[in-house]
Amino acid sequence: MIRKALWLTATTTFAAVLTFSANAQERVVNVYNWSDYIDDSIIADFTKETGIKVVYDVFDSNEILETKLLAGGSGYDVVVPTANFLARQITAGVFQKLDKSKLPNLSNMWDVVSERTAKYDPGNEYSINYMWGTVGIGYNKKKVEEALGTDKVDTWETVFNPEKLAKLKDCGVYMLDSPTDMVPTVLKYLGLDTESTNPDDLAKVEETLLKVRPFIRKFHSSEYINALANGDICLAVGWSGDVFQARDRAAEAKQGVEVAYVVPQEGAEMWFDQMAIPADAKHVEEAHEFLNYIMKPEVIAKATNFVYFANGNKASQEFIEKDITSDPAIYPDEAMLAKLFTVSPYDPKSQRNITRLWTKVVTGQ
Amino acid sequence: MTDTAIAASSATEYAGRSGFARALNAFVSRLVIIVPYLWLLFFFLVPFIIVFKISLSQTAIAMPPYIPVLGFGEGLSGFWAQLKQLSIDNYLWLTEDALYFNAYVSSVVIAGISTILTLLVGYPIAYGMARAPATLRPTLLMLVILPFWTSFLIRVYAWIGILKPEGLLNQFLLATGIIDQPLIILNTHTAIFIGIVYSYLPFMILPLYSALEKMDFSLIEAAQDLGCPPISAFWKITFPLSIPGVVAGCLLVFIPAVGEFVIPDLLGGSQTLMIGKTLWNEFFANRDWPVSSAVAVILLLLLVIPIMIFQHAQARAQEQGR
Repeated sequence: MIRKALWLTATTTFAAVLTFSANAQERVVNVYNWSDYIDDSIIADFTKETGIKVVYDVFDSNEILETKLLAGGSGYDVVVPTANFLARQITAGVFQKLDKSKLPNLSNMWDVVSERTAKYDPGNEYSINYMWGTVGIGYNKKKVEEALGTDKVDTWETVFNPEKLAKLKDCGVYMLDSPTDMVPTVLKYLGLDTESTNPDDLAKVEETLLKVRPFIRKFHSSEYINALANGDICLAVGWSGDVFQARDRAAEAKQGVEVAYVVPQEGAEMWFDQMAIPADAKHVEEAHEFLNYIMKPEVIAKATNFVYFANGNKASQEFIEKDITSDPAIYPDEAMLAKLFTVSPYDPKSQRNITRLWTKVVTGQ
Repeated sequence: MTDTAIAASSATEYAGRSGFARALNAFVSRLVIIVPYLWLLFFFLVPFIIVFKISLSQTAIAMPPYIPVLGFGEGLSGFWAQLKQLSIDNYLWLTEDALYFNAYVSSVVIAGISTILTLLVGYPIAYGMARAPATLRPTLLMLVILPFWTSFLIRVYAWIGILKPEGLLNQFLLATGIIDQPLIILNTHTAIFIGIVYSYLPFMILPLYSALEKMDFSLIEAAQDLGCPPISAFWKITFPLSIPGVVAGCLLVFIPAVGEFVIPDLLGGSQTLMIGKTLWNEFFANRDWPVSSAVAVILLLLLVIPIMIFQHAQARAQEQGR
């Protein structure tokens, strides 16, 4: 987290310097997006086409973004929070409604995704989808085969059944340090309502997690990328995009580490990264032009081809490389899509209970 | 009065004894004293009051995420009404769940053990430096400071590479046949201690070195001439004379180690409960700025009060010594 904070300070200062030096007449849009999340040529093309200069700045945690937004005066014109964070931020009055008359490319969007994002942003009034993915299992094929006798992992049983997970203990298991992702996932595995905040259900979640706790090496939300890529661990419950990143790094390193990602058959949580415009944005016009440009099928397809994430743009799918659209880990088939679930943000009291449950699981306190 | 002020005042006295010069002199000496106070006011007291005020507020889904936000928008009476909304509920909340107490205790214990280990490692180094030939000392001092030239974060990350099961340390020990099973060090308390000792060692060595360097080593020679064995000469002369350095070094290590967040996060296991992480959870996971502010205020009291008592006791001991 601190590493990110330091990096942010550095990049923000840099961005601030750039902004101040920009000519007052010049059209500018300040974009704050996740790190490693776009093909840089998209930004260059946007500037070439519209004459709007993009000051592009990156973060790598929703919490950091949220803190900046809630404190106000962030200075950004386009930000990309994950949908459950976005929902709460909308309530807090962080964003402004989009002027849909300036976004003709909205017609390209994919109803499968926009129906789901409407849960967080009713009527999709405040945001457009950028990318989406799932919370699944990333694993080291060779190591898992040595431990389990098969390199096929396709069920949450592997993680939440203590007998199964015990076999993987020695080669290393990581789990996301994110109660809002893990608790609904365990509820799904137990066949309960994934949005439940009922104390009895949460007690069952706690019991399940405590039973597998001894076999988990660490709870962390970013270290598993490197750990998987280096072959230090054999399995991690993580975000699809991060696991793909680990897979690519492992392939580049050519050390014989092969990382795979699977959306377990029981179903998985879906997450959505949404682009939105802060209420205090200074370049609203330019921000709309940027959003509209991003929704061009060729443009967003280029981003997907670069980052290997699914996007929420139906029309873009014909421009995306075949190996991405046909990969069920990225674009799940119809049957799997139906099993993917979303979780609404918790109210403060439930959030506190869930964080507390999580602290107990993680630290034993 | 500080040295600078005295120098300034004597300079003006020699220049001329006019009333104006005397007034200027008084003004300058005040100014010199006022700078550190202003510094404390702006960079310690003001932020502390802001944090303390937030700790008395309630969380809300808003910008900023707490109420009330103090302001004179509705006049003085409005301000008074907002003040009345403040309460100590958040502090009461901290007493209801043993989690916070345990986190404080475990942070203090981890920081305490790390401080002792740092002292044990740092003292011989500082002693060696102080006894080294005078021509060599600047080089040695440089070597102690050198690690600061690389990012703290990168150095902590490097320890992951050293300590992990397939890491450098285990490879070395396995190759030399000292062990036949890789040691599990990473993600344990041991790794946290190693990380803290390594990262904070310069903060221990530098004050120790400056205390030991000032010491007159002919005292030791005198003791030895009079038949005192080296070890008891160390405990009777060297160590007591270096106590100010020991205290300064220990405080410099202990205080930041209590609130340490990066080292436990990267090197420690998930089971490590420290106040830094608890605070992070309150702030970022629960988005409860008021409770996290309360945690921070308590942490500050926890650190400041013992230090003040200690300083008071030391000042008294010094007076009695005279």
